[in-house]
Amino acid sequence: MKKLLSTATAFALLAGAAHAEGKLSVYHWFEYIPQELVDKFTAETGIEVTIDTYDSNESMLAALKAGKLGQYDVAVPGDYMVEIMAKEGLLDSFAPADLPNFGNIAPEWVDVPFDPGRKSSIPYQWGSTAFSVNRDVYQGDINTLAMIFDPPAELQGKINVLDSQGEVLALGSIYLGIPQCSTDKEQLKALNDMLINAKQHWASFGSDTAKDVLVSGDAAAGMIYNGFSAKARAEGANVEYAYPKEGFVVWMDNVVLLKDAPNRDNALKFMNFLLDPENVAAVTNYAAYTSGVAGVEPFLDEAIKSSPENNPPADAPKGSFIQVCDQETQTLYDAIWTNLKK
Amino acid sequence: MAGLTPSGQGNGSGYRRIVAPLLLPTWLMIGIFLVLPVLLMAIYSFLTKEFRGGVIWDFTLASYDQFFLNRGLFGDEPPVIEWTYITIFWRSIWQAAVATLICLAIGFPTAWFIATRPPRSRAIWLFLITIPYWVNLLIRTVSLKFLIRDNGPLNEPLMALGLITDPLPLVNTNLAVQLGLFYSYLPFMVLPIYAAVERYNFALSEAAADLYASRWVTLWEIVLPVVKPGIIAGCILVFVPSLGAFLAPDLLGGAKTFMIGSLIDEQFRGSQGNWPFGAAAAMILMTLVLIVLMFYARAQAREGAR
Repeated sequence: MKKLLSTATAFALLAGAAHAEGKLSVYHWFEYIPQELVDKFTAETGIEVTIDTYDSNESMLAALKAGKLGQYDVAVPGDYMVEIMAKEGLLDSFAPADLPNFGNIAPEWVDVPFDPGRKSSIPYQWGSTAFSVNRDVYQGDINTLAMIFDPPAELQGKINVLDSQGEVLALGSIYLGIPQCSTDKEQLKALNDMLINAKQHWASFGSDTAKDVLVSGDAAAGMIYNGFSAKARAEGANVEYAYPKEGFVVWMDNVVLLKDAPNRDNALKFMNFLLDPENVAAVTNYAAYTSGVAGVEPFLDEAIKSSPENNPPADAPKGSFIQVCDQETQTLYDAIWTNLKK
Repeated sequence: MAGLTPSGQGNGSGYRRIVAPLLLPTWLMIGIFLVLPVLLMAIYSFLTKEFRGGVIWDFTLASYDQFFLNRGLFGDEPPVIEWTYITIFWRSIWQAAVATLICLAIGFPTAWFIATRPPRSRAIWLFLITIPYWVNLLIRTVSLKFLIRDNGPLNEPLMALGLITDPLPLVNTNLAVQLGLFYSYLPFMVLPIYAAVERYNFALSEAAADLYASRWVTLWEIVLPVVKPGIIAGCILVFVPSLGAFLAPDLLGGAKTFMIGSLIDEQFRGSQGNWPFGAAAAMILMTLVLIVLMFYARAQAREGAR
């Protein structure tokens, strides 16, 4: 999901071999699915795959609502967006029997809060959002959100924060131990004040630059997604990804069956294909997150399997999904965000 | 068209029959690309926000209310003046003004220099000015960030030479934003001033010198009034896009505070977006810009009348 590299590389129109077996139209995050895997699907099924890409859940939602529904068969929304899309009536449902590989879904990812029982979605990749700290700059214990919200002197003024309302406010709420969709005035004021106070120690807001600022040294600590942090480390930054004791955000991208899909049967074939451990492992090896399918381990690269970003320490708490607030509550959080950035 | 007018006055109806269809493309351009979008924006600014993007066709003043009045975090306090957005606008205006001044300070001598070269080499100088602008604005802005960052090619040699002990704090500052805006829009300042200076009759300077005017007086009393339209045009061309810019503030300023551009951008991007409010903010911005331009037009008209 969060592979927001600075340039939106277009994967458009990646047509495979032109068999007469029909077509499949995929609406996907950019730079996420390896082309070899798409080719493999085409080779196995003869289905011609067309991929259009987007760079945020919100832009995907906007495009579908603005009339692209009916053009695509499947899309890849994040957890909370699955719930929103279901509420907006953008999703079709299927029976587990439609997908022979349905049983491969890792048990913990079947009954998820955003799609109980997996009626319209299958798990794709998941990861977490917390932060990383440059170990050359700060050597102490980093497994607390205070690194971002009440930072030690070494990190003050050298912190990058994701330019994303949902994640910043969710992590702030987790730090204060308050619910994500609170309507309690005292709690919201406390969140507002804590963020304003923390902001004086922040150097910048940036999501697609989150990795770059850590690699270049512009930031000594930064909110980041775990796979993105692994890439920063691979590019030479001495950063460690934290699993803060207060908790952190987890997210999961899911392949959903869209309403009015022009090629519904092919969409189900594609989803079934992506529930095959060997196939989905190829995505994991490419994107450096974690798959939601059981039995992928034999197909994973060693570096991915053992990466500290993908293997939380045993004493790490459980992460929480970003919650979808109702409209009235969301207005309050919007006000806090604007107030923070004014 | 202006050249046709005098001859056309003779037989009005025939002239009109020819000219009206010829003007059609112009009217279509203005209608489709100017009037229609602005009208849409004006209408949207009075609509009701739909949750998660989009609008509901209920007319309301809520967006303007949100812009100017603060009813507390929970909307239940007596309204007071909302400074949040005024502050954002003021900050953007200030940044754009500083960028315009830097552009003027560097652009005027540059334009002067180019205009006083022999005609044949002028083209080369102009060419050199425009070359960087063949590169995408995003890439130029990111490159500038690379240059000025703490361990970038500007700071590292200075530190290696021992001239400074700590890196110059440039990146993520207002100065960086102004520098970025200056760099983005410099040619818009140079080209109109160049056009004005090129038309300047240097015999006037010689005459002034003959009449014992100092260089300073010549510049102030003779040159500036003549090239003033170029300067004003350049200032407007730099100031207006700087006002709405969001690349430079986001990339070089660290996106820590909203500018007009990023505030409006945010309203149309996320699921937290608010289209009517974004439209209202854009309308208010446009009104401000139009007021400035109207003053300019009136000043021009008075100048012309004199």
